[in-house]
Amino acid sequence: MRKIGIPEIKDIALGAALLGAGGGGDPYVGKLVAIGAVQECGPVTLLDPQEVPDDALVVPIAMMGAPTVLCEKAIGGSEYQALYDIVSTFYGKPLYAVMPIEAGGVNSMLPIAAAARLGLPMVDCDGMGRAFPELQMVTFTIGGGSATPMALVDEKGNSCIFRTVTNKWTEELARSVTMSCGGSVSVSLYSMEGKMMKEYGVSGIVTRSQKLGSAIRRVKEATDETPEEAFLRITEGYRLFKGKIGDVLREVRGGFNFGKVVLDGIGEYKGQSAYVEFQNENLTATVEGKLLATTPDLICLVDTETFTPVPTDALKYGKRVMVIGLKCFPLWRTKEGLELVGPRYFGVDTDYIPLEERCKGGCGDV
Amino acid sequence: MYKLGIDVGGTNTDAVLIDEKLNVVEEVKQHTTANIYDGILNALRAVLTVSGVDRREIGQAMLGTTQCTNAIVERKSLAPIGVLRIGAPATRGIPPMVDWAEDLKKVAVKTAVISGGFEYDGKELAAFDEKAAAAFFRELKAEGIMSVAISCVFSTVRNDHELQAMKLCKEVMGEDVHVSISSEIGSMGLIERENATILNAALYKVAQSFTEGFARSLADEGVTNAQVYLSQNDGTLMTMDYARRYPILTIACGPTNSIRGAGYLSQIKNAIVIDVGGTTTDLGVIQNGFPRESGVSVTIGGVRTNFRMPDVVSIGLGGGSIVREKSDGTVTVGPDSVGYQITEKALCFGGDVCTATDIAVRLGMTELGDKTRVQHLDEAFARKALAAVRALCEDAIDAMKISSEAVDVILVGGGSIVLPEDLAGTKSVTKHKFGGVANAIGSAISKVSGTFEQLIDYNELPREKALEKARAEAVELAVAAGAIRETVEIIDAEDVPLQYYPGNTCRVKIKAAGDLA
Repeated sequence: MRKIGIPEIKDIALGAALLGAGGGGDPYVGKLVAIGAVQECGPVTLLDPQEVPDDALVVPIAMMGAPTVLCEKAIGGSEYQALYDIVSTFYGKPLYAVMPIEAGGVNSMLPIAAAARLGLPMVDCDGMGRAFPELQMVTFTIGGGSATPMALVDEKGNSCIFRTVTNKWTEELARSVTMSCGGSVSVSLYSMEGKMMKEYGVSGIVTRSQKLGSAIRRVKEATDETPEEAFLRITEGYRLFKGKIGDVLREVRGGFNFGKVVLDGIGEYKGQSAYVEFQNENLTATVEGKLLATTPDLICLVDTETFTPVPTDALKYGKRVMVIGLKCFPLWRTKEGLELVGPRYFGVDTDYIPLEERCKGGCGDV
Repeated sequence: MYKLGIDVGGTNTDAVLIDEKLNVVEEVKQHTTANIYDGILNALRAVLTVSGVDRREIGQAMLGTTQCTNAIVERKSLAPIGVLRIGAPATRGIPPMVDWAEDLKKVAVKTAVISGGFEYDGKELAAFDEKAAAAFFRELKAEGIMSVAISCVFSTVRNDHELQAMKLCKEVMGEDVHVSISSEIGSMGLIERENATILNAALYKVAQSFTEGFARSLADEGVTNAQVYLSQNDGTLMTMDYARRYPILTIACGPTNSIRGAGYLSQIKNAIVIDVGGTTTDLGVIQNGFPRESGVSVTIGGVRTNFRMPDVVSIGLGGGSIVREKSDGTVTVGPDSVGYQITEKALCFGGDVCTATDIAVRLGMTELGDKTRVQHLDEAFARKALAAVRALCEDAIDAMKISSEAVDVILVGGGSIVLPEDLAGTKSVTKHKFGGVANAIGSAISKVSGTFEQLIDYNELPREKALEKARAEAVELAVAAGAIRETVEIIDAEDVPLQYYPGNTCRVKIKAAGDLA
């Protein structure tokens, strides 16, 4: 158990941008929502998953809708109480704690605001360890969990709760309600008992995010190693490539951003070329024709000077980036995990081979 | 008739006179003074004296100034203000100025978040709470506040509530009160737009002083027939009255003016403009005669904002950049510089510091100072230094490009002598004899503009019709700003699909500009 205040929120937001693996949206507005809540209601208690009783009700909190709308309407502040009321009424018991459903982007921040405003603790755990684009892509799906009953509330005070037959229906209905409510709503989904959270959740992810953020912020302070060495050591990142963006190809299909960024090597990679493919998040990294990393391992692009993460929507010609690979949560590497988020699910015709094995025999350093 | 352009930079205040055919008649450079006004007066006197033109023949006078940026960064001369946000029950989760530095936050004496605002589709989010607004304005009046910042959720889609609030504010607080509304200042993204509006409101006294100061110096020098304008950061002009209302739009007008001036002098409409000063080099892009806008949020004095700004990168390279040889034989240039002391400290001027300018003199790229004073520099060393300058510059050019295709480059600024003219990734490199005062020229030749921005569902209004309507709206806005209707052109158009919306909703943004009446 420890407290999360404003300095911690800033680091977590920076780490969340990295764990977004190119997607997840800009955590900026989420950060302001979290800071606003903590300024008004005080710091948040972060619980280790092991501190949560097996039968306690734990509720992930997120936003659904268009990030551009969130940037305009933000959060009213009373949504979380409305979520609490509808969910606790539904289950007939009080909520024990909230948690994030994903560690990347804006949704990493909103549960902090919810915890502050509800006076509840937040659990140091999520269902992805990164960001993914679809509703069912959480570790709890492997454990038999379901997004439904999913509760939605808007800032005007409207609320509803869905009991749906499949996650696909949840997504379908939630999208309609979101649009009717003005394009951005607060939601709770995958509500679960402590036992499920402990068994399937990505433990310690908030702390990891904070550690990553602090590493990026302080990377220039390194003394006995170069900033890059320090960055790779602390993030436990595999350096896959360093290059200048030569071209970015983009396409919007079915609500997702598809694309490919082509890199021309710089520094020790001069003369080599590489590309990274993405669908909201980065999917694959290929250097000199050799596949070095695939989903569900995290592929992140960072600025070569500042090491700040470069999301897919900020990719532009001429930018110098380092491509790094981070190992995903072990449960994603199981057969069930790979069915949900492995390369073949995203249409990449290759078997999943862990990052560290693909990189064996020289792609860079740990 | 003549046009007079003045640009107040960090080091120099430049003035130019331009005739009806837009030929440069005279140019002068004076030092910028601490109180700005004296520097403007010096430059004005110098250009009038040297040119000898009849002062009554000056029909338009334009000023570009950095004072607003300085005021925010140095936290000086900012006025106490009231901040009203219309958007409850939404937005309450983020109070105004939540992540501002404490010393800057103090400009807001009182803040309130009241009911009102719109949804993305223009539907009312909540009714405008007139009572609460009036009560807030009465409190501000009691405190003696003279400037108010008003923002509203989705006011970029519909600004009705902001306009109602402005009217009410003047009714309650008096016609003299300075009201800034966010829909006139920023784009999508409430917090950044509100931030820009708050800064704008806090700058009203600064704006008053520089508009009055400019008018006074013109009157004192007998320039009595001129229409007076201020440069905005999109390369267009605003009237004194508009500048008093929207001073924040002057921020970064310096780089903008130099980009526009460079485009005008070289007659190139699409190019990368490299403005080399004494300490830094600014790179910008001219697109169809206007500067390319930055696509990302811009931070001013630690505050994140989203009003339009030119897309400019600065690198630590200038005429005064210090050149050093390291123990391993590599040679570095900058980022530190002797700056305005170049005429005392550089080798070629009899000083003892080797600068980028000395390298240019040694290699015969320019005739400046006393070249015998740099002859002792080893040629291999000088070539290495030039290679370092080249690398810095070519990397920066690359960062400004949107594809690997070779581009045209225009070099301006006093320090441009230090750059080689055969730069990688370019198809042509152009210089002009008046390139040293490109910024003042840019100021003098500016147009007036209008921008129209809205979310439109193309399923309800087909794209062609929607764009046509938007173009017409933009033209009307430009005419309202003072442009001659016949000269107005669409200078920028974009429509961005919004993926999560039903149907086919796009954000449409059109900008039109024309010559001054």
